[in-house]
Amino acid sequence: MKLNGLLATAAALALTAGAASAQTVGFSQIGSESGWRAAETTLTKQQAEERGIDLKFSDAQQKQENQIAAIRSFVAQGVDAILLAPVVATGWDSVLEEAQEAEIPVVLLDRQVDSSDDLYLTAVGSDLVHEGNVAGQWLVETVGDKECRVVELQGTTGSSPAIDRANGFRQAIEGHDNIEIVRSQTGDFTRAQGKEVMESFLQAENGGKDICALYAHNDDMAVGAIQAIKEAGLNPGEDILIVSIDAVPDIFQAMADGDANATVELTPNMAGPAFDALAAYWADGTMPPKFIQTESKLYTQADDPMGQYEAKKGLGY
Amino acid sequence: MMPQALRRVLPQILTLAAVVMLVTLVFPTFLSISVSDGRLVGPVIDILKRGAPIGLLAIGMTLVIASRGIDLSVGTVMAICGAVAATAIVNGWGLGPALLLALAAGLAAGLWNGFLVAVIGIQPIVATLILMTAGRGIAQLITEGRILTFSHPGLAFLGSGSLFGIPVPALLWLAAAIAVTLLMRRTALGLLIEAIGVNRRASALAGVNARVLLIAVYMASGLCAAVAGLIATADIRGADANNAGLWLELDAILAVVIGGNSLMGGRFSIAASVLGALIIQTIDTGILLAGFPSEYNLVLKAALVIIILILQSPRLAADWQLWRRSRSGLSGSHAAATPKPKESLR
Repeated sequence: MKLNGLLATAAALALTAGAASAQTVGFSQIGSESGWRAAETTLTKQQAEERGIDLKFSDAQQKQENQIAAIRSFVAQGVDAILLAPVVATGWDSVLEEAQEAEIPVVLLDRQVDSSDDLYLTAVGSDLVHEGNVAGQWLVETVGDKECRVVELQGTTGSSPAIDRANGFRQAIEGHDNIEIVRSQTGDFTRAQGKEVMESFLQAENGGKDICALYAHNDDMAVGAIQAIKEAGLNPGEDILIVSIDAVPDIFQAMADGDANATVELTPNMAGPAFDALAAYWADGTMPPKFIQTESKLYTQADDPMGQYEAKKGLGY
Repeated sequence: MMPQALRRVLPQILTLAAVVMLVTLVFPTFLSISVSDGRLVGPVIDILKRGAPIGLLAIGMTLVIASRGIDLSVGTVMAICGAVAATAIVNGWGLGPALLLALAAGLAAGLWNGFLVAVIGIQPIVATLILMTAGRGIAQLITEGRILTFSHPGLAFLGSGSLFGIPVPALLWLAAAIAVTLLMRRTALGLLIEAIGVNRRASALAGVNARVLLIAVYMASGLCAAVAGLIATADIRGADANNAGLWLELDAILAVVIGGNSLMGGRFSIAASVLGALIIQTIDTGILLAGFPSEYNLVLKAALVIIILILQSPRLAADWQLWRRSRSGLSGSHAAATPKPKESLR
């Protein structure tokens, strides 16, 4: 393998000095703990293939020491750039310095590190507060000036997505006194908890008749809640509006069935913007901004949910 | 016979009543039950339904603990069995094979645990820890790391259907509790398991086939976990390998402990364990209904559990009797003669 790579690089250098030679990029991925993570891996490989980049993939199985070892091996192999989805925020200084000494740019994907920002080229990620904001704005525009009592399914208590998505939503509905969050409880980002907590919301709010909308911090909880609403004899999507975040395939199926109303995409395509920034850097040394925010796109029932479902279901969610 | 059985579970019944009263204070319509679409609806019905996984796990766990073991793998076995059933359904093998395969997976998991404990002789907490950690990986391999969603009405019926107005999960754990109790108490099985729990060597010398019985006990626990896993999977119409049954083994052990069963093995009561499971579920649902911020959920639960365990502490009960007797002016000899349950087991 390695010999092949060397030969290929040598041949490329000999034949096409200066032309679009195949760049090699190392990608240290956290693992595959969630469907979203699996989709990110799939999309990164796709993006690399489209651009003719030779991607060296390393799965760290949720362990930082594996990621550090992978980065050291990328440095030893002399790759042209390193993509890193860091499992934790701390403890990266020394290995990032090693990459810098070898003049290999590092791009952070999806998560941030505590190290000084001149140790990496840029970070690509989503703004969690903005995601909550987009969801809130959709609700504000949809209900107009009708009275709306909202129940909220929060993510895991204390996790940054739960805190930021809650804050973003509250910012969006601020000043709209007709919209009020009446109940808020954690559903731990899981489908089962989402269903159980929604059942208690329905019991507590007059069998669900007093609830106008549900805001769930992720789609899985919304999918569980939809089942609870159906079993309570109500019509999700009509009697209770449903907006959530992530845009996983199952929520598009629910939207196609008319059971869910809107979702905000946390795009798994973090690699696309990363490769764009790298291409500019390689071409003429353009320094990208230190944080590249991915788009938080809103999807509703009008955006061909069935087509989105078909497009997304093969990504490994 | 009957009053004695009742006296055994009286502390649990009183605790459950107290918890129910507490929840009713913060959520006044807690006890209201209405009929909608021919099925009963209300918080109490939700608890009977939601308590099914913990209740089923607690039944199997009681037997394991009575044999002086522990089964940490039940939460993971739930995930495996759910994944097996969902995969079978998605591949179109039909409901019957899906259920049979899931139950067989639970039995196989129990056989593995029982083999490690009874034949190899590994300590139960270590032996079952192996499957607890490895099993979730097995479940993820089966579902390929995704939430495997299905829409088969037959399987979904197990989780969200109802018979005679009562949710199917509630009927399943009730039936399991009654069946296991009858099996244990109408035959000598219960006595034999208790004998192994008190002293495995002595019971083996007395002619009890401890090895086979131990394996059977872990298989029973695996079977209970399989049914619990089927219910959890059917409930959300999807196999969530990452989260199904996560940490539920700890709630099941807690239910057995609240049921007044000793972790040192020996005498056990299925009814008390199931009541313990209902107490835990009532606390969980009560906290959700009360509408406190979610930061308080675990603290409230822990506080209530500590209070319950302190009130049930045998030493506290003995001290209380001693204190009462000394106040009523009786001689100390009576107090010394009061039985101290479980002291002898320490």
